[in-house]
Amino acid sequence: MAFELPKLPYAYNALEPAISKHTLEFHHDKHHAAYVNNLNNLIIGTEFENLDLVDIILKTKGGIFNNAAQVWNHTFYFDQFGKNKIEKLSGPLLIAIHASFGSFEEFKEKFSVAAKTLFGAGWIWLVKKPNGSLDIIQTTNAENPLTERLTPILTCDVWEHAYYLDYQNKRPDYVGYFWSIIDWEVISNRY
Amino acid sequence: MAFELPKLAYDYNALEPYIDAQTMEIHHSKHHAGYTNNLNNAIKDSELENKSIEDLLGNISNYSVAVRNNGGGFYNHKLFWDIMSPKGGGEPSGDLLNAIDKNFGSFVDFKNLFNKAAATRFGSGWAWLVKQEGKLLITSTPNQDNPLMDLAEVKGTPILGLDVWEHAYYLKYQNKRPDYIEAFWNVIDWDQVAKRFG
Repeated sequence: MAFELPKLPYAYNALEPAISKHTLEFHHDKHHAAYVNNLNNLIIGTEFENLDLVDIILKTKGGIFNNAAQVWNHTFYFDQFGKNKIEKLSGPLLIAIHASFGSFEEFKEKFSVAAKTLFGAGWIWLVKKPNGSLDIIQTTNAENPLTERLTPILTCDVWEHAYYLDYQNKRPDYVGYFWSIIDWEVISNRY
Repeated sequence: MAFELPKLAYDYNALEPYIDAQTMEIHHSKHHAGYTNNLNNAIKDSELENKSIEDLLGNISNYSVAVRNNGGGFYNHKLFWDIMSPKGGGEPSGDLLNAIDKNFGSFVDFKNLFNKAAATRFGSGWAWLVKQEGKLLITSTPNQDNPLMDLAEVKGTPILGLDVWEHAYYLKYQNKRPDYIEAFWNVIDWDQVAKRFG
Protein backbone atom coordinates (compact mmCIF):
# COMPACT_ATOMS: atom_id res chain seq x y z
CA MET A 1 0.00 0.00 0.00
CA ALA A 2 1.35 3.36 -0.96
CA PHE A 3 2.25 5.91 1.69
CA GLU A 4 0.31 9.14 1.75
CA LEU A 5 1.42 12.65 2.55
CA PRO A 6 -0.18 13.52 5.91
CA LYS A 7 -2.05 16.80 6.00
CA LEU A 8 -0.67 19.56 8.19
CA PRO A 9 -2.61 19.63 11.47
CA TYR A 10 -2.94 23.45 11.24
CA ALA A 11 -3.17 26.21 8.64
CA TYR A 12 -0.07 27.13 6.64
CA ASN A 13 0.07 30.53 8.33
CA ALA A 14 -0.50 29.16 11.85
CA LEU A 15 3.15 29.22 12.82
CA GLU A 16 3.90 32.80 11.77
CA PRO A 17 6.03 34.69 12.50
CA ALA A 18 8.31 31.82 13.58
CA ILE A 19 7.81 29.89 10.33
CA SER A 20 6.19 31.63 7.37
CA LYS A 21 3.33 30.32 5.27
CA HIS A 22 5.70 30.40 2.30
CA THR A 23 8.21 28.14 4.03
CA LEU A 24 5.54 25.69 5.21
CA GLU A 25 4.05 25.46 1.74
CA PHE A 26 7.37 24.44 0.24
CA HIS A 27 8.41 22.34 3.18
CA HIS A 28 5.20 20.31 3.31
CA ASP A 29 3.81 20.41 -0.23
CA LYS A 30 7.14 20.03 -2.02
CA HIS A 31 9.83 18.53 0.22
CA HIS A 32 7.70 16.24 2.38
CA ALA A 33 5.58 15.31 -0.62
CA ALA A 34 8.66 14.47 -2.69
CA TYR A 35 9.98 12.13 0.00
CA VAL A 36 6.61 10.34 0.06
CA ASN A 37 6.53 10.03 -3.74
CA ASN A 38 10.15 8.94 -3.97
CA LEU A 39 9.62 6.32 -1.29
CA ASN A 40 6.54 4.93 -3.02
CA ASN A 41 8.40 4.74 -6.31
CA LEU A 42 11.42 3.05 -4.73
CA ILE A 43 9.53 0.33 -2.84
CA ILE A 44 7.02 -0.63 -5.50
CA GLY A 45 7.50 -4.27 -6.38
CA THR A 46 10.09 -4.83 -3.64
CA GLU A 47 10.05 -6.77 -0.39
CA PHE A 48 9.51 -3.46 1.42
CA GLU A 49 6.26 -2.64 -0.34
CA ASN A 50 3.96 -3.88 2.42
CA LEU A 51 6.05 -2.98 5.46
CA ASP A 52 5.13 -0.15 7.78
CA LEU A 53 7.27 2.96 7.69
CA VAL A 54 9.31 2.24 10.81
CA ASP A 55 10.15 -1.26 9.59
CA ILE A 56 11.39 0.18 6.31
CA ILE A 57 13.55 2.65 8.24
CA LEU A 58 15.01 -0.14 10.35
CA LYS A 59 15.66 -2.51 7.45
CA THR A 60 17.05 -0.32 4.67
CA LYS A 61 20.00 1.86 3.73
CA GLY A 62 20.67 4.27 0.86
CA GLY A 63 17.87 5.80 -1.17
CA ILE A 64 14.98 3.89 0.39
CA PHE A 65 16.20 4.67 3.89
CA ASN A 66 16.75 8.36 3.09
CA ASN A 67 13.26 8.84 1.77
CA ALA A 68 11.52 6.67 4.38
CA ALA A 69 13.30 8.39 7.25
CA GLN A 70 12.59 11.83 5.80
CA VAL A 71 8.89 10.95 5.52
CA TRP A 72 8.88 9.92 9.18
CA ASN A 73 11.03 12.87 10.36
CA HIS A 74 8.89 15.48 8.65
CA THR A 75 5.62 14.02 9.94
CA PHE A 76 7.08 13.98 13.45
CA TYR A 77 8.32 17.56 13.03
CA PHE A 78 5.10 19.04 11.66
CA ASP A 79 2.95 17.23 14.23
CA GLN A 80 4.71 18.80 17.21
CA PHE A 81 3.70 22.41 16.57
CA GLY A 82 0.55 23.99 17.95
CA LYS A 83 -1.00 26.16 20.55
CA ASN A 84 -0.44 24.25 23.80
CA LYS A 85 2.20 26.35 25.50
CA ILE A 86 4.74 25.43 28.13
CA GLU A 87 2.10 25.17 30.91
CA LYS A 88 1.01 21.95 29.20
CA LEU A 89 4.37 20.32 29.77
CA SER A 90 3.49 17.28 31.87
CA GLY A 91 4.85 16.54 35.32
CA PRO A 92 6.64 13.31 34.39
CA LEU A 93 8.40 14.90 31.40
CA LEU A 94 9.42 17.95 33.42
CA ILE A 95 10.83 15.69 36.14
CA ALA A 96 12.78 13.75 33.50
CA ILE A 97 14.11 17.00 32.02
CA HIS A 98 15.27 18.15 35.45
CA ALA A 99 16.85 14.78 36.17
CA SER A 100 18.72 14.65 32.86
CA PHE A 101 19.67 18.31 32.29
CA GLY A 102 19.36 20.08 35.66
CA SER A 103 16.59 22.46 34.62
CA PHE A 104 14.33 23.30 31.71
CA GLU A 105 16.57 26.28 30.87
CA GLU A 106 19.65 24.07 30.73
CA PHE A 107 17.82 21.61 28.49
CA LYS A 108 16.73 24.42 26.19
CA GLU A 109 20.24 25.82 26.03
CA LYS A 110 21.83 22.46 25.29
CA PHE A 111 19.27 21.63 22.60
CA SER A 112 19.69 25.08 21.03
CA VAL A 113 23.48 24.77 20.91
CA ALA A 114 23.13 21.37 19.25
CA ALA A 115 20.77 22.90 16.67
CA LYS A 116 23.05 25.86 15.94
CA THR A 117 26.21 23.79 15.60
CA LEU A 118 25.18 20.78 13.50
CA PHE A 119 27.23 21.24 10.32
CA GLY A 120 25.32 20.72 7.09
CA ALA A 121 21.85 19.20 6.86
CA GLY A 122 20.24 17.23 9.66
CA TRP A 123 18.06 17.03 12.73
CA ILE A 124 18.32 17.67 16.46
CA TRP A 125 16.44 15.35 18.79
CA LEU A 126 15.33 15.11 22.37
CA VAL A 127 15.22 11.36 22.92
CA LYS A 128 14.21 8.96 25.66
CA LYS A 129 16.70 6.20 26.30
CA PRO A 130 15.68 2.65 27.24
CA ASN A 131 16.37 3.44 30.92
CA GLY A 132 13.92 6.37 30.78
CA SER A 133 16.50 9.16 30.92
CA LEU A 134 16.61 11.89 28.29
CA ASP A 135 19.38 12.89 25.91
CA ILE A 136 19.97 15.33 23.06
CA ILE A 137 21.45 14.02 19.83
CA GLN A 138 22.32 15.38 16.40
CA THR A 139 21.76 13.31 13.26
CA THR A 140 22.92 14.11 9.73
CA ASN A 141 20.77 14.20 6.59
CA ALA A 142 17.91 11.71 7.04
CA GLU A 143 19.28 9.75 10.01
CA ASN A 144 16.96 9.40 12.96
CA PRO A 145 17.06 7.96 16.49
CA LEU A 146 14.80 4.98 15.76
CA THR A 147 17.76 3.09 14.32
CA GLU A 148 19.55 3.54 17.65
CA ARG A 149 16.54 2.19 19.58
CA LEU A 150 15.89 5.60 21.08
CA THR A 151 12.43 7.16 21.42
CA PRO A 152 12.19 10.61 19.80
CA ILE A 153 10.30 13.23 21.83
CA LEU A 154 11.07 16.54 20.08
CA THR A 155 12.94 17.43 16.90
CA CYS A 156 14.29 20.47 15.10
CA ASP A 157 14.88 20.30 11.34
CA VAL A 158 18.07 22.20 10.49
CA TRP A 159 18.16 21.41 6.79
CA GLU A 160 18.47 24.86 5.24
CA HIS A 161 15.13 24.40 3.47
CA ALA A 162 13.43 24.50 6.90
CA TYR A 163 14.43 28.12 7.50
CA TYR A 164 16.27 29.68 4.57
CA LEU A 165 13.35 31.66 3.08
CA ASP A 166 12.67 33.21 6.50
CA TYR A 167 16.09 33.47 8.09
CA GLN A 168 18.73 32.86 5.36
CA ASN A 169 22.12 32.30 7.04
CA LYS A 170 20.77 33.18 10.49
CA ARG A 171 20.02 29.69 11.76
CA PRO A 172 20.28 30.83 15.41
CA ASP A 173 17.26 33.11 14.88
CA TYR A 174 15.23 30.17 13.56
CA VAL A 175 16.27 28.07 16.55
CA GLY A 176 15.25 30.90 18.89
CA TYR A 177 11.79 31.20 17.33
CA PHE A 178 11.38 27.41 17.22
CA TRP A 179 10.64 27.35 20.98
CA SER A 180 7.61 29.63 20.55
CA ILE A 181 5.59 27.20 18.40
CA ILE A 182 6.14 23.86 20.14
CA ASP A 183 2.93 22.21 21.36
CA TRP A 184 3.95 20.90 24.75
CA GLU A 185 0.90 18.69 25.10
CA VAL A 186 1.98 16.76 21.99
CA ILE A 187 5.52 16.54 23.35
CA SER A 188 4.32 15.37 26.77
CA ASN A 189 2.19 12.65 25.18
CA ARG A 190 5.21 11.40 23.27
CA TYR A 191 7.07 10.96 26.54
CA MET B 1 48.89 34.95 8.24
CA ALA B 2 45.14 34.95 8.33
CA PHE B 3 43.07 33.90 5.34
CA GLU B 4 41.07 36.66 3.68
CA LEU B 5 37.65 36.57 2.12
CA PRO B 6 38.38 36.94 -1.61
CA LYS B 7 36.60 39.72 -3.49
CA LEU B 8 34.34 38.68 -6.33
CA ALA B 9 35.54 39.53 -9.84
CA TYR B 10 32.00 40.64 -10.74
CA ASP B 11 29.03 42.34 -9.09
CA TYR B 12 26.50 40.45 -7.01
CA ASN B 13 23.89 40.93 -9.73
CA ALA B 14 26.22 39.93 -12.59
CA LEU B 15 25.07 36.32 -12.78
CA GLU B 16 21.36 37.18 -13.03
CA PRO B 17 19.02 35.64 -13.97
CA TYR B 18 20.80 32.35 -13.31
CA ILE B 19 21.95 33.22 -9.79
CA ASP B 20 20.20 36.16 -8.19
CA ALA B 21 21.92 39.10 -6.50
CA GLN B 22 20.44 38.41 -3.06
CA THR B 23 21.71 34.84 -3.09
CA MET B 24 25.16 35.96 -4.26
CA GLU B 25 25.39 38.65 -1.60
CA ILE B 26 24.40 36.39 1.31
CA HIS B 27 26.41 33.49 -0.05
CA HIS B 28 29.59 35.56 -0.33
CA SER B 29 29.29 38.15 2.45
CA LYS B 30 27.74 35.81 5.06
CA HIS B 31 28.42 32.15 4.31
CA HIS B 32 31.86 32.45 2.70
CA ALA B 33 32.84 35.16 5.18
CA GLY B 34 31.70 32.88 8.01
CA TYR B 35 33.88 30.01 6.81
CA THR B 36 36.84 32.36 6.44
CA ASN B 37 36.47 33.76 9.97
CA ASN B 38 35.87 30.36 11.50
CA LEU B 39 38.90 28.93 9.69
CA ASN B 40 41.07 31.73 11.03
CA ASN B 41 39.75 31.13 14.54
CA ALA B 42 40.35 27.40 14.23
CA ILE B 43 44.04 27.79 13.30
CA LYS B 44 44.84 30.87 15.41
CA ASP B 45 48.04 30.64 17.45
CA SER B 46 48.77 27.14 16.17
CA GLU B 47 51.39 25.73 13.81
CA LEU B 48 48.69 25.63 11.14
CA GLU B 49 48.68 29.40 10.82
CA ASN B 50 51.46 29.49 8.27
CA LYS B 51 50.31 26.64 6.07
CA SER B 52 48.69 27.14 2.68
CA ILE B 53 45.05 26.12 2.27
CA GLU B 54 46.11 23.33 -0.12
CA ASP B 55 48.55 22.04 2.49
CA LEU B 56 45.85 22.07 5.17
CA LEU B 57 43.32 20.25 3.01
CA GLY B 58 45.83 17.65 1.81
CA ASN B 59 46.48 16.59 5.41
CA ILE B 60 43.02 17.29 6.78
CA SER B 61 42.63 13.96 8.55
CA ASN B 62 45.24 15.19 11.05
CA TYR B 63 43.31 18.31 11.98
CA SER B 64 40.15 19.27 13.82
CA VAL B 65 36.69 19.05 12.34
CA ALA B 66 36.56 22.87 12.49
CA VAL B 67 39.55 23.11 10.13
CA ARG B 68 37.98 20.50 7.85
CA ASN B 69 34.58 22.18 7.65
CA ASN B 70 35.78 25.77 7.45
CA GLY B 71 38.95 25.14 5.44
CA GLY B 72 36.81 23.26 2.92
CA GLY B 73 34.21 26.02 2.94
CA PHE B 74 36.88 28.67 2.42
CA TYR B 75 38.51 26.86 -0.51
CA ASN B 76 35.35 25.55 -2.19
CA HIS B 77 33.59 28.91 -2.36
CA LYS B 78 36.68 30.65 -3.75
CA LEU B 79 36.88 28.07 -6.52
CA PHE B 80 33.15 28.40 -7.16
CA TRP B 81 33.31 32.20 -7.59
CA ASP B 82 36.42 31.87 -9.79
CA ILE B 83 34.91 29.45 -12.30
CA MET B 84 31.80 31.56 -12.87
CA SER B 85 31.46 34.71 -14.96
CA PRO B 86 28.69 36.81 -16.48
CA LYS B 87 30.41 36.05 -19.79
CA GLY B 88 30.31 32.33 -19.10
CA GLY B 89 28.38 29.51 -20.68
CA GLY B 90 28.85 27.64 -23.92
CA GLU B 91 31.34 24.81 -24.16
CA PRO B 92 35.04 24.40 -23.49
CA SER B 93 37.51 24.08 -26.35
CA GLY B 94 41.00 22.82 -27.05
CA ASP B 95 42.76 20.42 -24.71
CA LEU B 96 40.01 20.54 -22.09
CA LEU B 97 37.31 19.63 -24.59
CA ASN B 98 39.51 16.86 -25.97
CA ALA B 99 40.01 15.47 -22.46
CA ILE B 100 36.26 15.65 -21.76
CA ASP B 101 35.51 13.81 -25.00
CA LYS B 102 38.14 11.20 -24.23
CA ASN B 103 37.01 10.59 -20.65
CA PHE B 104 33.23 10.88 -20.97
CA GLY B 105 32.45 10.32 -24.65
CA SER B 106 31.17 13.80 -25.40
CA PHE B 107 30.43 17.13 -23.78
CA VAL B 108 26.75 16.15 -23.52
CA ASP B 109 27.61 12.89 -21.79
CA PHE B 110 29.88 14.78 -19.41
CA LYS B 111 27.17 17.31 -18.67
CA ASN B 112 24.65 14.58 -17.93
CA LEU B 113 27.00 12.80 -15.56
CA PHE B 114 27.92 16.00 -13.76
CA ASN B 115 24.25 16.98 -13.44
CA LYS B 116 23.45 13.57 -12.00
CA ALA B 117 26.23 13.87 -9.42
CA ALA B 118 24.93 17.30 -8.42
CA ALA B 119 21.27 16.26 -8.31
CA THR B 120 21.79 13.06 -6.33
CA ARG B 121 24.11 14.34 -3.61
CA PHE B 122 21.77 13.87 -0.63
CA GLY B 123 21.87 16.70 1.90
CA SER B 124 24.54 19.37 1.59
CA GLY B 125 27.62 19.13 -0.60
CA TRP B 126 29.39 19.74 -3.87
CA ALA B 127 29.68 18.18 -7.32
CA TRP B 128 33.14 18.20 -8.87
CA LEU B 129 35.07 17.71 -12.07
CA VAL B 130 38.44 16.43 -10.91
CA LYS B 131 41.80 16.02 -12.62
CA GLN B 132 43.58 12.94 -11.39
CA GLU B 133 46.89 11.93 -12.99
CA GLY B 134 45.85 13.11 -16.43
CA LYS B 135 42.35 11.62 -16.19
CA LEU B 136 39.13 13.52 -15.61
CA LEU B 137 36.60 12.23 -13.08
CA ILE B 138 33.23 13.36 -11.76
CA THR B 139 32.50 13.01 -8.08
CA SER B 140 30.58 14.63 -5.27
CA THR B 141 31.43 15.28 -1.64
CA PRO B 142 29.31 15.85 1.46
CA ASN B 143 29.18 19.17 3.31
CA GLN B 144 32.38 21.18 2.69
CA ASP B 145 34.68 18.26 1.90
CA ASN B 146 36.54 18.33 -1.41
CA PRO B 147 38.80 16.16 -3.57
CA LEU B 148 41.99 17.77 -2.22
CA MET B 149 41.30 16.25 1.18
CA ASP B 150 43.28 13.15 2.04
CA LEU B 151 40.08 11.53 3.28
CA ALA B 152 38.10 12.13 0.07
CA GLU B 153 36.72 9.07 -1.70
CA VAL B 154 37.91 10.43 -5.08
CA LYS B 155 41.09 12.47 -4.79
CA GLY B 156 42.55 14.90 -7.28
CA THR B 157 42.59 18.54 -8.32
CA PRO B 158 39.11 20.06 -8.59
CA ILE B 159 38.80 22.11 -11.79
CA LEU B 160 35.04 22.71 -11.71
CA GLY B 161 32.73 22.69 -8.69
CA LEU B 162 29.05 23.25 -8.06
CA ASP B 163 27.71 24.09 -4.64
CA VAL B 164 24.52 22.13 -3.93
CA TRP B 165 24.00 23.26 -0.36
CA GLU B 166 20.44 24.57 -0.25
CA HIS B 167 21.79 28.03 0.65
CA ALA B 168 23.29 28.20 -2.85
CA TYR B 169 19.91 28.15 -4.56
CA TYR B 170 16.97 28.13 -2.15
CA LEU B 171 15.96 31.80 -2.38
CA LYS B 172 15.50 31.54 -6.15
CA TYR B 173 14.86 27.86 -6.86
CA GLN B 174 13.56 26.46 -3.53
CA ASN B 175 13.10 22.69 -3.88
CA LYS B 176 13.95 22.72 -7.58
CA ARG B 177 17.64 21.86 -7.40
CA PRO B 178 17.67 20.50 -10.99
CA ASP B 179 16.66 23.93 -12.34
CA TYR B 180 19.56 25.54 -10.49
CA ILE B 181 21.96 22.91 -11.83
CA GLU B 182 20.78 23.55 -15.38
CA ALA B 183 21.12 27.32 -14.92
CA PHE B 184 24.73 26.91 -13.71
CA TRP B 185 25.88 25.91 -17.22
CA ASN B 186 25.10 29.44 -18.42
CA VAL B 187 27.65 31.01 -16.10
CA ILE B 188 30.59 28.58 -16.17
CA ASP B 189 33.77 30.38 -17.21
CA TRP B 190 35.46 27.70 -19.30
CA ASP B 191 38.66 29.74 -19.60
CA GLN B 192 39.07 29.51 -15.84
CA VAL B 193 38.30 25.80 -15.84
CA ALA B 194 40.84 25.28 -18.64
CA LYS B 195 43.45 27.20 -16.62
CA ARG B 196 42.96 24.83 -13.71
CA PHE B 197 43.11 21.87 -16.07
CA GLY B 198 46.52 23.16 -17.20
